[in-house]
Amino acid sequence: MRNTRSTVPIFELSKPGRRATRFPASDVPDVPLSKLLPEGAVADHAPDLPELAEPDVVRHFTNLSTLNMSVDTHFYPLGSCTMKHNPKRNERLASLPGLLDLHPLQPEESLQGMLELLYELQQMLAEIAGLPAVSLAPAAGAHGEMTSLLAASAYFHERGEKRGKVLAPDSAHGTNPASASVAGFASESVRSTPQGYVDLEDLAAKLDDQTAVFMITNPNTLGMYDPNMRKIAEMVHAAGALIYLDGANMNAILGISRPGDFGADMMHFNCHKTFSGPHGSGGPGAGPIAVTAALAPYLPTPLIEKSGARYTLVYDRPKSIGRVRSFFGNVGILVRAYCYIRSHGPEGLRRVSETAVLNANYLLSRVKHILPVPQGDRCMHEFVASAATVKADKDISAMDIAKRLLDYGFHAPTVYFPPIVREAMMIEPTETESKETLDAFAETLFRITEEPADLLHEAPHTTAISRPDEVLAARKPLTSTPKD
Amino acid sequence: MLDAIGAASIDELFAMVPDDLRLKRPLAIPPALTELELTARMTALAAGNVPCGERVCFLGGGAYDHFIPAVVDAIAGRSEFYTSYTPYQAEASQGNLQAFFEYQTMITRLTGMDVANASLYDGATAAVEAVLMSQHATGRPKHVVTASCVHPEYRQTLAAYLKNIGAELTTIATPDGVIKPADLTAAITEETSCVLVQHPNFFGCLEDVEKLAQVAHDKGAMLIVIADPISLGILKRPGDYDADIVVAEGQSLGNPLSFGGPYLGILACRERLVRRMPGRIAGQTVDRRGKRCWVLTLQTREQHIRREKATSNICTNQGLLALRATVYLALMGPQGLREVAELSLRKAHYAAEQLTADGRLSLVFQHPTFKEFVVRDRENNVSQLLADARAAGFYAGLPLGDWYPELADCFLVAVTEKRTRAEIDALAAALKDSATVKTTSNSTKLHATTAHA
Repeated sequence: MRNTRSTVPIFELSKPGRRATRFPASDVPDVPLSKLLPEGAVADHAPDLPELAEPDVVRHFTNLSTLNMSVDTHFYPLGSCTMKHNPKRNERLASLPGLLDLHPLQPEESLQGMLELLYELQQMLAEIAGLPAVSLAPAAGAHGEMTSLLAASAYFHERGEKRGKVLAPDSAHGTNPASASVAGFASESVRSTPQGYVDLEDLAAKLDDQTAVFMITNPNTLGMYDPNMRKIAEMVHAAGALIYLDGANMNAILGISRPGDFGADMMHFNCHKTFSGPHGSGGPGAGPIAVTAALAPYLPTPLIEKSGARYTLVYDRPKSIGRVRSFFGNVGILVRAYCYIRSHGPEGLRRVSETAVLNANYLLSRVKHILPVPQGDRCMHEFVASAATVKADKDISAMDIAKRLLDYGFHAPTVYFPPIVREAMMIEPTETESKETLDAFAETLFRITEEPADLLHEAPHTTAISRPDEVLAARKPLTSTPKD
Repeated sequence: MLDAIGAASIDELFAMVPDDLRLKRPLAIPPALTELELTARMTALAAGNVPCGERVCFLGGGAYDHFIPAVVDAIAGRSEFYTSYTPYQAEASQGNLQAFFEYQTMITRLTGMDVANASLYDGATAAVEAVLMSQHATGRPKHVVTASCVHPEYRQTLAAYLKNIGAELTTIATPDGVIKPADLTAAITEETSCVLVQHPNFFGCLEDVEKLAQVAHDKGAMLIVIADPISLGILKRPGDYDADIVVAEGQSLGNPLSFGGPYLGILACRERLVRRMPGRIAGQTVDRRGKRCWVLTLQTREQHIRREKATSNICTNQGLLALRATVYLALMGPQGLREVAELSLRKAHYAAEQLTADGRLSLVFQHPTFKEFVVRDRENNVSQLLADARAAGFYAGLPLGDWYPELADCFLVAVTEKRTRAEIDALAAALKDSATVKTTSNSTKLHATTAHA
């Protein structure tokens, strides 16, 4: 039960002299600090942190946790984020000391079990992608995008081609153009059709000998599989460019259609989406990438190879783009992805996608009577409804509906994305929700659209806070508790 | 459900996937395992490793075996935290947003900076992001200076990022183990955006950071400091010596070693740089009833709004690790963090003394150190020495030859508050034994656990 006492920031709870942790007294000879550190290097006071007893810390953070909606407590149909159930077995197994308590620079001989696990994961991801070479290094999807673009850049450089442009549809995740910039490319937007398909004429007009990569999300951000995928791949490859697949929507096509088979040269997985890594309030994720044999030499270091019964970390790869982070990767999340894939097997993964697509189509069939779904009657794992009509007729916006859903115990869908749909509500139910939950959600949506607009403008009404002033937050940023 | 949809089969729902783009066979991956079978498989894989709990850990180099109180796991194990996502709906995420705000507050207090973001991937990528910030802020995109005593993997990461944006990276040689201010003066040009230093540096040595800040600023370059957050329990804060941006690997703050990740990229800076920061930032505001609350703020910096003009491409960050760091720092408080730092410092110095007592090993650099130090093996047989130490139950240190050919006869030793005098004495004895009697590799119980399951 939620503690209704207001949640005071932790620095305001501090009382001098309180503490939660004690350490054993030093067991080495007492040497004056001045013999160990130069005077100028030492701080003149202890760090300015709050002083609390252990029960205060526990209650503070436990109460904070109850102010969140989460997958374990609520339906969380946040489109594009694949908020599926996070199996508890994965949490327990990833915490085995033999997997968790490993230093990243331990010698290989003491890591054979971990390297075997990661090697097997490389192999399984390669098979799911239909692309032969995998790097587990990237920490998240956007990091995988950037890493792949660096590899593409090295590939073209070696071929003596100067290609400085990356194309992405106007419906793409913002990370696509942002990753292009970080990797040193100019980016250009390609128009989408109302179904979110790539506008082939616009693509043809923008593809040229300067184009390095076309970044595509397939299924796209409207949850539609682009029927022209083959044609797109032919066009891009004919122009001498490469296809990057943003794998955010892989949950729709596991074991059904493989990126390597539909023309992708490189892609990332979002392990925290597709393979059930918990989203952790914003991360950590893991964004492993898979690429063609032609791009494999440029993958970052290290990779894992198997020779005989031994697994080794390979650093000496002369064409590699080098490192994109410290140490190996977001291993804790990769271990959970391994557990997930092994739990499902080939039939199970296919069933994940089939059920995700069934659930999304079922919800679409119910929602379309309440809010129009401009893309049509079918979708893959998610769909985008539009509140434009209820906005015009009843002055109810996508944001109003999103906020009011919270009152009814549902997390809101992703709103106002993708930008090609007005008053967009991007709904992804995932395969782990029951028909009853989907029905209840649809019924609630209907009920909300029948409520008075004035009530909705001030929603939510039952949460701890309502409609924070974001303009004030941005105009006068206060990003930490001020000092007394 | 199919009736409601108006479809005859699930297969029909996939009609939009062209037939020639479909996989016509099952994926070639191993068959499904039940929870019981998976548990057996994972237990077997875990048994193929020798974790730090089974050998006494003196490994450092950017990842450290510091103590993690039980409360950290208990709070981070609350599924309201770990199964939620980015707080786009503030009303449904006040717990996360307030925790991020408290994290940012702790990081600014710890570093002496004005603002901190809500986390980046790890220390290395945080260092890169800081460099990119400095390029934009100074209008000098072409040149960056660092030094060989900065973590080699951080420098490699920076090099990979800088290569494609046409920036040159100068790495100052540091044969003495620290940066000489004169060398820094010589390396900075009018095109240099920043100087990236680490303090304490990769070798464990303290840099003359006040002087380095002065040299950088005299030439119009920013000073970016890679700090060890535990060291800030006792050392001056980077804000005290005029650093412009501070980054750190936050693994030490309550996060498990986890074979290198997920870790926590910390970034804090001066107020004037706030609109150039990468990643998410939580900010305080009021709700429609005037109640204090928290939101994601300054989002116009970010990729979902600004796309190719964003300050960074980062989206998913390391929220749960930031939460763990927040809980850790709340549990430590000023006294606790000071004790962790002081115990690590004292034990490291004791270890340096004990390990170099018999003459085979000697300290390489003659500068003050914090919790790590580099020793040279007079007999130039580091790999055998470390293998013998493993057989005796110790991860004694990191060999440096792969990164520094001139230090092929050296290794880096790290000591945290967890190490006891008895463990340090036993390590010294084991290394001494190795010098005289070569132990056989199959003689210990610990070694038996490496057998492949």
